[in-house]
Parts: sequence; structure tokens; C-alpha cells
Amino acid sequence: MATVNDVVVKIATVNGTGSASANGLLMKSIFRMGIPVVGKNYFPSNIQGLPTWYEIRVTGDGYQSRSDRVDIMVAMNAQTYARDLADVSSGGWLLYDSTWPRHKQLDRDDVTVLGVPLSRMCNENFDGARARILMKNIAYVGVVAALLDIDLDIITTLLEETFADKKHLVDSNMKAIRLGYDYARENFVCPLACKVEAMDGTSGHIVIDGNTAAGLGCMYAGATVGAWYPITPSTSLMDAFRSFCSRYRTDPKTGERTYCIIQAEDELAAIGMVLGAAWNGARSFTPTSGPGISLMSEFIGFAYYAEIPAVIFNVQRTGPSTGMPTRTQQSDILSCAYASHGDTRHVLLFPKDPKECFEMAQSAFDYAERLQTPVIVMSDLDIGMNDWMVPDFEFDENVVRDRGKVLSAEQLEEMEKFYRYMDVDGDGIPYRTLPGVHPKGSYFTRGSGHTRHGAYTEDSAAYQDVVDRLLVKWETARQTLPEAEFEVSRFNKAGLLTIGSGDGACVEARDRLAAQKINLDYCRVRAFPFSDAVKEFIDQHEVVYVVEQNRDAQLRSLLLLDAGVDPAKLVPLLHYNGMPLNAGFVVDRVLEEVARGRAA
Amino acid sequence: MSYIGKPKVAHPKMPKNDLGLTARDYEGTVSTLCAGCGHDSVTAAIVQAVFELNIEPHMLAKMSGIGCSSKTPAYFVSGAHGFNSVHGRMPSVTTGANAANRSLMYIGVSGDGDSLSIGAGQFVHAIRRNLNMCYIIENNGVYGLTKGQFSASADIGSKPKKGEPNQQEPIDPVSTALSLGATYIARSFSGDKEQLVPLIQGALLHEGFSLVDVISPCVTFNDHEGSTKSYAHTRQFYHHVVDADFVPPAEEIKAAYAKGSAMPVELHDGSKIVLRKVDEQYDPTSRASAFKYLRERFNAGEITTGLLYMDESRQEMHDLMGNTRTPMCQLPLESLNPGAGELKKILNRYR
Repeated sequence: MATVNDVVVKIATVNGTGSASANGLLMKSIFRMGIPVVGKNYFPSNIQGLPTWYEIRVTGDGYQSRSDRVDIMVAMNAQTYARDLADVSSGGWLLYDSTWPRHKQLDRDDVTVLGVPLSRMCNENFDGARARILMKNIAYVGVVAALLDIDLDIITTLLEETFADKKHLVDSNMKAIRLGYDYARENFVCPLACKVEAMDGTSGHIVIDGNTAAGLGCMYAGATVGAWYPITPSTSLMDAFRSFCSRYRTDPKTGERTYCIIQAEDELAAIGMVLGAAWNGARSFTPTSGPGISLMSEFIGFAYYAEIPAVIFNVQRTGPSTGMPTRTQQSDILSCAYASHGDTRHVLLFPKDPKECFEMAQSAFDYAERLQTPVIVMSDLDIGMNDWMVPDFEFDENVVRDRGKVLSAEQLEEMEKFYRYMDVDGDGIPYRTLPGVHPKGSYFTRGSGHTRHGAYTEDSAAYQDVVDRLLVKWETARQTLPEAEFEVSRFNKAGLLTIGSGDGACVEARDRLAAQKINLDYCRVRAFPFSDAVKEFIDQHEVVYVVEQNRDAQLRSLLLLDAGVDPAKLVPLLHYNGMPLNAGFVVDRVLEEVARGRAA
Repeated sequence: MSYIGKPKVAHPKMPKNDLGLTARDYEGTVSTLCAGCGHDSVTAAIVQAVFELNIEPHMLAKMSGIGCSSKTPAYFVSGAHGFNSVHGRMPSVTTGANAANRSLMYIGVSGDGDSLSIGAGQFVHAIRRNLNMCYIIENNGVYGLTKGQFSASADIGSKPKKGEPNQQEPIDPVSTALSLGATYIARSFSGDKEQLVPLIQGALLHEGFSLVDVISPCVTFNDHEGSTKSYAHTRQFYHHVVDADFVPPAEEIKAAYAKGSAMPVELHDGSKIVLRKVDEQYDPTSRASAFKYLRERFNAGEITTGLLYMDESRQEMHDLMGNTRTPMCQLPLESLNPGAGELKKILNRYR
């Protein structure tokens, strides 16, 4: 299986041993050679000492999802050695630390085992237990570099950038890399049949995770108040916002900040702070995950009814309950769409990758302020915490952001009287005022029954008048939100439909199925409520495979509830084991359905 | 009486404040609470306090949660913005509101259920942040809207209208706030407007978290014999320890106070609070001795009232963070991003 720029390297280590930087270095160096890469981190909910894996997929074709095979396993964790060996695809290689003897029974005829005495070499060349462990992990980078033919100069440059002020660290890291590199060159046939070759597939691209991208997007959106309670896997979003703001929102002379980050006592408080700030006209947001959404639900319903903008990032993880906090899923679709008691429904945005996290972080504030309602950006752990190669972000300084219908002091001065919940324009969106702007703008915000004038009511007709108008607003939202992405040929009878991080695997699966003469149209939904075009897409096909990452087909249910489509047409393709979706799963499931006689 | 519209006509000779407004202009809609409810007296005290302080109505934000007390913001200062949030969550909404606009004045009205049970977490953390607000607890020891269950402030041995006396330790908002480092702590009684009004005024002007715990009897469910939150019980065991006079900026302190017992404290806007010690032993600047005194009087069955603790030296939330004086919500959006050119530089870190 000789390949160029099509190889999967999986590295098994123990968390807390510095392997993250070694793996990042490996991935970055391949990216710098101009070769598209996908990086996936499978880590435990733990600080130190448990097994962790990092998977680097070199994909000259530029696919975005994880692969379903392992060509080279770097087995640095004796605890998981047996299962790591079992994971290697037939014809692949396994690299291990040969300082210590290996159990003879652990062998496979179809896997080439490469032993490198990494610990011995590092013990001989470095002092101190901590340094030896760290350097052992850096040394395997050298071995893999030799096996794949990665340019050592690029690795050197990356180290020099990382340790700009600490030249001694560049030297010690390079020394360890050289140990591994030279050993491999002397003892194995390098490069292997699977190797990398410089190409021009990454220019105009960056490698970034979705939480960093969303944090950057919030800064560019002009968010000033961020309230949050730490929860995996959303925490790094606020970390990123804080880091960008400390650089760009702090007056260099006075040290004064133009941002306010509040670590709340819990998620109930975090969303309360977001609402208070938004009520006062600041762009405010909170990042969270499933359990946080459960806690925030009462306030989300309040914001829906009292019509207060709020931006919530739900970086979804595997549920139910505490579930698997460091594994991914798309299992909060229904709980977010209908969060809270009573008749409520909420705008959802589904970014597919970090680039859309950056863009939707900005547009979410526009939609929230335009529609005066909570907007939930439905990211997930795969997008939020993994490194994705995506096109450069763009920012158009000429775009004027939408602040929605907010009355100015001048407008209020000219009005005879202001009423908060009147549908003046017929789009279901009333005008709002901000406290302190003008005496005529005062009104009373409440979650209790209220009339179109903003007064308390227990009158049936006056109550119903307002909740019915909210439905008009819902239809306005349907017309306003980002359209789905479609790829449609008039010859195809079947379609594939997905959201968010399902995109990469679906795009790749369509290519693979097309090679088997199974052609599927494609729809990637980007927002809820669903547009009319999504309904048309379903109506126009005999069968639509709905690919989503949860057990209960939540997206499919939502399509039935909101778009009123024929249930018989929607075939669920459900992936919910906590690992990111891969193309092989989609291909296999579609083939199964086709074998059962479904349209393709 | 709540079905009757409230007359908005003011007598031409009604006194006006510096803004040319009468006390009428600081009223709200007609109260829907029970006749004789302590909360209505607190509402009246708030109206007087705000009127006398010459606060522009639309620069005041009235915040509340759920409960009888939390209904009252509708009954004062109609010209102010109100936010009647969800149960126990007024502190977080006020925190966010203040984070966005520090130029408004925030008055939160809560109750013992709202602050000491469902909202205990938020109450505690607002204090910890030294959020700049006036936080009033209308404390009656019971849940009124759900018809008379004990709240967490009910005293041991206090009798309900029906059922067994309370046996659990009460949560005292004053000693809780004291232990958490609140920077302005007062207790009063809804039936003592003379004491209450200046305490609210000082609380509004104090920069930082101000707690005013007001014993405010529930005439329907907790005003009977055997209740420790009744009008009769409160009047009998009510113990003034420090009274406060509020002195606006640029006004001289004219009243003659006995030396040693009067202590003027300057507030951030230049106004003053003059503390008149009724009990010579009491030191309202020492957390430790205030705590000791409070516990001793509590054990003796007394309700200690007055401006019990004050610390003007601690910074409020924004200043602790080093935030700009300009309200966050007034910063132009285009000034809040470093532009397209800088984005390119940022992205270069991810290649």
C-alpha cells in the first residue's frame, strides 16, 4: 500500500506528559509542507495519568473528517498496547519503545513492528525524570519524521517560533528529535511506503480549533460582556476571548478594559448576567455545554418571552447526564430548540467548522439583536476542541452590524408614547429601548403575562395576542437566518442531509459512494427554524438520509416538527458512540439501506 | 383596590425636588399587595428616598425576582426601567446589567425566600463581587404567594398560623452579608420610615454592595401571636443601635451631635452619612465586633437595627477588574475590533 500524502498516524500516550505539544508539532510540520491534515484528540476527563490518543490524518485530497483506519500507530502507552496494536490496519506499522521487552504474544503477522529504544536514548542524553519523559515524547516526532519523510528544517523552524525567547529549549528538543530521526534512518528503510511529499494544498489556510475561532469572533462582533461557568468542552472559548481581549481591548496607556468577563457561580447566574447585559444594550454571551443548557433553561424561556437578545454557545458533549465530557455528540438539538417550560422555541445556528464558528459568532449577535431572542450556536467538542484546517477568516470592515430595532433618544423624543411589544412593522419584531437613554423609553420587563403595551395581564385575549405575535416573529426568523448549503442534481432520487460537524464525513462519503455509482444530493442545514428550501429539498427526494450524532434522531424529529415533511422519507443514520463521525460509517449505512431496497 | 387607576394629579403646592418633580412623580402603579403589608411601607420609603436624592427616574433600574416583594418595583418610580426576572435570580441579572451600564443606579428588591433559599447562591456571589447596587430584602419569614410556608429566615420557635413551630436555624441576611464582606449593611423595620429612608439613601449612593434587610411583616400569614416577624414582636424587640442621617453633597452638617457618638462618613459622590450611635459600644467599622454584638443581641432575642457596618474603602466590581468608566453598552461597536489588517496577523499564528 504505497501512498503519498494519504496516511493516518495515531499516537497513544499518557495524558499530562507533554505529548500534546509533540503531536501538535508533528501535525503543524506536515501542514507547513503544504499538505492538508486533520487532527483529532481523544482525551480522558482527567488531568494526568490516563490514556490519550492523537490522530493525524494526512489527506492530500483535503477531506475534513477523521479516518476509519490507522496506518502507523505510535504506541507509547504500555497500558493500551494490546488495543492499540489491534487498531492498526492490515499492512500498517506499529512503533513502540523497545527499551523494555514486549510481550511476545502481542504480535500480528500483518503489522510491521518497529522498536526504538526511546527511553534508553533519552535517559542517556538528558538529566532529570521530567525532562526524560518530555524528551521521550519529542523523540518519537523524530522517528515519525524519518518514517514519513517530514522536512526537519520545518520542524526546526516551528520550534524556533514556539520557543522564540528560549533557545536552549529549541536545542534540547531538536536533540531529542535527532535521536529518534537518526535511529530510524539507521535501522529502518526510510521513508516507508506511506510517505508525505511537499505540495501546495494549504496556502490561504490556517489550523485552528472552533472554540478559539468563536472567541475571536466574539471579539470581532464587539461583545463586551461574557459570563460563564467553566465546563468541558466549552471552557477554551472564554479563554480565547479573554486572551484576545487582553491584547486588543486593553488601553495600552491606562490599562483600562473595554470588556467585562465574569466567572459566574453557576450556569443559572451566567445566563442571568447575559440577559441583564443584553437588556442594557451590550453584546453579551455565554459559552456552555449540555448540562449548562439544562440549568439555563428557565432563563432561556424568559428571554424568549420578554424578548431579550442572548448569544449562547453550546459546545455539545456526549450525554445524557454527565455522560462522557470529553467525547463529542450532537445530542442537545431538541433540548436547545425547545429549552424551557411553556411554548418556547429558539433560534439555532449550526457551524460546520472553526471558520463558521468565527462567522456565526458574529452573526449570532446580529440575529439575536435583530430578532430580540436567544440564539444558540450549536458547536460540539469535535469542532470546538480539535484542530481543523480551514480557509483564512475574513473580516469586512465595511459591513455595518445589525443592532436591531433599538429606539434612539431622538426617536423617542419625537414619539408620543412608547409601547414595548407592539408589532409596528408587521414582522413580529417590536421596538425596544435601552435603560437610561430617554425618559420616554422606560418600560417594565417581565416574564409574567403581559400585553402588547408591556403591562401585566391575566386577560386571555391580551396574553394570546402576544404569544401569537411571537409566532409571526418566528416566521421572520425563518426568512432571516443563513440558508442551508445544497448540492443538487436533477437526476438523483436520494439525498443526504446533515448539520454541523457531520459535513466533513458526508462530503467524503458522497465521493466514495459516487465511485460506486451511488449518487446522493446533499443538504447541510445551517439554522433552525428550517428554511423553505430545506423542506423543498426533502419534498423533492424519494428518500433523505439524515446523518446526525445522537441516538434518538433529534434532527429528524425537529424536521418533522418544524418543516412538516413526510416522515417516511427521512431515514436516520445515527452515530453516537462519542467519537467524531467518519465517512466509512456513512458509506456503510447508506449501502445497507440501498441493499434493503431504498432509493439511491 | 388594584382595579382602580391611580390618579396622577399632584397638588400644586406639593414640594418639588431639584429636578422639579414631586413625590407623585416617583410613584408607581397601585399596589396589589394585602392591605397593611409591610412591603407597601418599604415602597413608600423608597419613593421618598429617591425623590429626595433627585434621581432622574429613567436613570434608575428596578430589579427583582419572584414573590410578593419582587412585585413591588411596579409600585414605585414608573419612569424607571424595571426588570422582574425569575425566582432567586435578580442578583445575576443586576450583575449583567451593571456590567453593561455602570452609569445607572440599581435598586434590587427581594424577599427572604428569593434571597435566602432559591437565590442564596446568587445573593452570596453578588456580595462577593461587591456589585454596586442597593439590595433590599423585604423580610417577613414566610412565603406569601403560596400561602404561608416558613422561609429560611424564620426564627426557631416561631409559630405558623397552622402546624408546628419552626425548628431550623434561621439564615440571617445581615450576619451572612457581614461574613461575606458586604461593604454597606443595614437593618430596619418597615414600620420605621424615619430610620429606613436615610438607610436606603445611603445604600443607593454607596459605591459597592449595600444590603438593607427590612423586617416587613406579612399581615396575612405571619402577623399572629407567636410569630417573631409580626408587627407586635418587631416593635417590642426592635433595638436601634446606630441611626444614620443622610447629608447631600455641599450641604453642611448642622445638627448637633454629641461628641464621640456621631461619625460622618463621606460617600463617593461627596455626600455624607452621619452615624449616630445609640449604643456607645457599637463600632460599625469593625466586622469582628459588629458580628459579636449582633450574635449577642440575637441570642437575647433582640432585633438589632441601623447602619450596622460600612466600608467605603473597598473597590466595586468594575474597579476591581480595571474596567473603563464608559458604560460598556455605549462603546461603539467599530471601536471594539482591531480590524481586518490585524486579523491577518492573528491568523499567522495559526499557520
